[in-house]
Amino acid sequence: MPEHTFRVNGERVTVDVADDVRLLWVLRDILGITGPKYGCGVNVCKACTSHLNGDAVSPCAIPVGDLRPDDEVTTIEGLPATVGEDLHPMQQAWLDHDVAQCGYCQPGQIMAAVALVHRVAAEGRQITDADLDGLRNICRCGTYTRIRDAIRTGARDM
Amino acid sequence: MTDAEHIGRRRFLGYVLAAPTLVTAAELGLARVADARQPQDITDIVDLNDLMTVAALPTSGLISVEVNPDGTVSFALPRAEVGQGITTSTAMLIAEELAVPVDRVRVTLADARPELVFNQLTGGSNTTIATYLPIRVAAAIARQRLLDAATAERGSPVTDLRGVDIGALAGKAASTRTRQVSVTLTARENFTVIGRPHNRIDALAAVTGAKKFAMDLDVPGAKPTMVCRPPTINGRVGSVANLAEVRAMPGVTDVVVISTGVAVRAETFGQCIDGIRALRVSWRPGTAEGKSDESVLRELERAELPLGLPSPTPSVEARFVFQFRGNSALEPNCAVADVRADRAEIWSALKSPIVARQAIAARVGLPLGRVTVHVTEGGGSFGRKLFFDAALEAAEVSKKVGKPVKLMWHRADDSRQGRAHPMATSRVRASYLGGTVLSYHQRHTSVATDLGHGLGEIITALAARLPVGDIGFSETFFQLSQTMSYNFGLTTRLLAETDDGFNTGSMRNVYSPDVTCARELVVDQLAARMGRDPYRFRRDFLRDNRSLGVLDTVAGAGGWGRAMPAGTAQGIALHAEYKSVSAALVEIDCRPATVNRPIRDGVTGPRVTKVVFAVDVGLAVNPRGLEAQMMGGICDGIALALTSSLHLRSGYFLEASWDNYFYTRQWNNPLELRIIVMPSTSDNPGGAGELAVAASMAAVACAYGRATGTMPTRFPINHGTLSFEPKPTVPPVPQSPTDGRAG
Repeated sequence: MPEHTFRVNGERVTVDVADDVRLLWVLRDILGITGPKYGCGVNVCKACTSHLNGDAVSPCAIPVGDLRPDDEVTTIEGLPATVGEDLHPMQQAWLDHDVAQCGYCQPGQIMAAVALVHRVAAEGRQITDADLDGLRNICRCGTYTRIRDAIRTGARDM
Repeated sequence: MTDAEHIGRRRFLGYVLAAPTLVTAAELGLARVADARQPQDITDIVDLNDLMTVAALPTSGLISVEVNPDGTVSFALPRAEVGQGITTSTAMLIAEELAVPVDRVRVTLADARPELVFNQLTGGSNTTIATYLPIRVAAAIARQRLLDAATAERGSPVTDLRGVDIGALAGKAASTRTRQVSVTLTARENFTVIGRPHNRIDALAAVTGAKKFAMDLDVPGAKPTMVCRPPTINGRVGSVANLAEVRAMPGVTDVVVISTGVAVRAETFGQCIDGIRALRVSWRPGTAEGKSDESVLRELERAELPLGLPSPTPSVEARFVFQFRGNSALEPNCAVADVRADRAEIWSALKSPIVARQAIAARVGLPLGRVTVHVTEGGGSFGRKLFFDAALEAAEVSKKVGKPVKLMWHRADDSRQGRAHPMATSRVRASYLGGTVLSYHQRHTSVATDLGHGLGEIITALAARLPVGDIGFSETFFQLSQTMSYNFGLTTRLLAETDDGFNTGSMRNVYSPDVTCARELVVDQLAARMGRDPYRFRRDFLRDNRSLGVLDTVAGAGGWGRAMPAGTAQGIALHAEYKSVSAALVEIDCRPATVNRPIRDGVTGPRVTKVVFAVDVGLAVNPRGLEAQMMGGICDGIALALTSSLHLRSGYFLEASWDNYFYTRQWNNPLELRIIVMPSTSDNPGGAGELAVAASMAAVACAYGRATGTMPTRFPINHGTLSFEPKPTVPPVPQSPTDGRAG
């Protein structure tokens, strides 16, 4: 079976699995990294949102064979280390606003939020309602308002 | 009332259990039952929550609080945490009575405990109502024992546990024999934890990805497993042409035919999907073969009960249609099972674990005592986790392959074969004369709601004691969950059910969103006929002060009656249930520029721009958690009114993903949301988990009707437009795309 080498949360990993197995299953079923959740498998619900070289991506729709050795995958477990803290400011904002209900979508929500803040900052502007309306991550508990509030707080503190 | 009487009302019996460390307990059936009053409505005498509380009385199962040597306090809650925040509110109750910080209380979920009989079911928004007293009694006894032990040790009276190392005292406070003791609970005016906002105790785990759901558990040997399911609802496997071929696919370890399809076990879920897509199965018909929205509507029409003779006075008459809706949580149906020749162990988020355990034991042919059922934290429920479909399947597969399995439904399975809120019609006739409403009659007709998860057993067992005659448990449930809040003269409501060929369940708030939506729209019509303002009209007909309180609050805080542009409007609605009352004021924008705002692969439609919601639960244990439950219920109500439904065609639901089933998304979320928790006025908390859905849905519908000038009669309002390309049914699950880098 083919071997695939890439980086996850700061560490080099090598997995032995078919090329077309999606990254989500490599993370969860082979590497035991369970922060990214399954919610649809078709790049719609965004519960698995993680970062690939800093950009928000959906691991359920990335064949592992597409990854290169220097590709850096960051899951929610690796987010605090990107800022050298125990908690990323966005995670802290999530705590401050008591966002999570069941919590199943929240790792993906936080990863999407961090990427949004980076993108908006790169465009040299503030987050708008339209930016927040554009977030596609589903929260079936309906805690969208607290998500919006937390993102604004997290953006301020990042 | 004298001081002694006050204390007497707070004095309860509990136990100190024989154990090496301090373990105190109370009977779970301790909760107070509402006093009978002069009845105007059956729910004045007894409502569903009384029934669920009474159901526990004959049982003697104890719940226990344990003080550990490290100074923490442990409690295994016999309920399911699925996001509603009950582990946090439970920790608060213990912290209050035991006088320890909330962060020292460890709340876990109890395994299935058959001795609790009816008392381990999470539903009917009953958890806090039923556990509020017994949890506090157990904790208060622990405090008393610790104070006694501290006093003995110091040789002088200790009356406050602050600064006391309770871990060091836990052994000394323990008892070598089980004894019954009495204890006085803290008076409401002395609460320092209950009633104050508290963040969730599992929040850190949730935001770091450390929170473990069933599919995150590392059970040795439990490999990913999925099921190839039929193209129509509840179809059955005829034959499989290529079992050997699929068994030889990369990563696949097992392929077996089970009662619901063909199970594929593999090294990864991705390889399960590949296996399912490669299977060539011939299917036998299901239980809804050939049916469609239109044919089911005709079935409902045939089942509708008459509204009675036409009124001689003027009347408003209306008929509403509510489509099938999905109650999928974001975590799909899933379970881990390890079934061996002589024992079985199951892990799943289960709201009725006792019934699940019985069903699993029967399915795998083991004595009940050989089956262990662990309740995991759930990724949402909305009624779905009252059923244990995945746990049963996982047990069946594990037994057949002789190995542990980690079984998960694909999202497409969850949408198409999972539980749905039944399609229903509601007919209403309200007659009036002058300024008086003389009568109100509602006939609700629904595809059968499956209550066969334990709640049904509770109601069946107790229905004979109620003054409702010999009626089935669906009708009992309906009667007990519906309250008439208005003085509308002669009031009747009846439920008729038809067609049990669908996989249905009691979706969050069950009958109430539809029944209330129909009622509140008719109330608006009555107000219009009488030339009255909708808020003032409601005010004049409400029966009780709590309802008036929430209605006045939203009208005031929401700026009821403010001038708004054409195409936009306010709506106001009220709902009472679970010993709680709620009101919603909604503003909606139905102007074309808003309705047609572009969102990729999403339904936009009218936007709810503002919601002001007031809730009175009598006593709010955790106002911050209560607010969260209202927020979620509001999003549900918006979805039910505007966007979310299942389309039935040719015996299957077209929806197979979250971009087919339009639950509220960020682009539908109100830009302005205010939730007002009314001051606590009672010693008894009401239910909250489902409460907000009905008033929210109704207020959105009322606002839509006022903005467009036409009362909506079919819900959700966009059901007539199919906003997506249906996915194929064979193979039953879509392949994962490869565009994940696009984000």
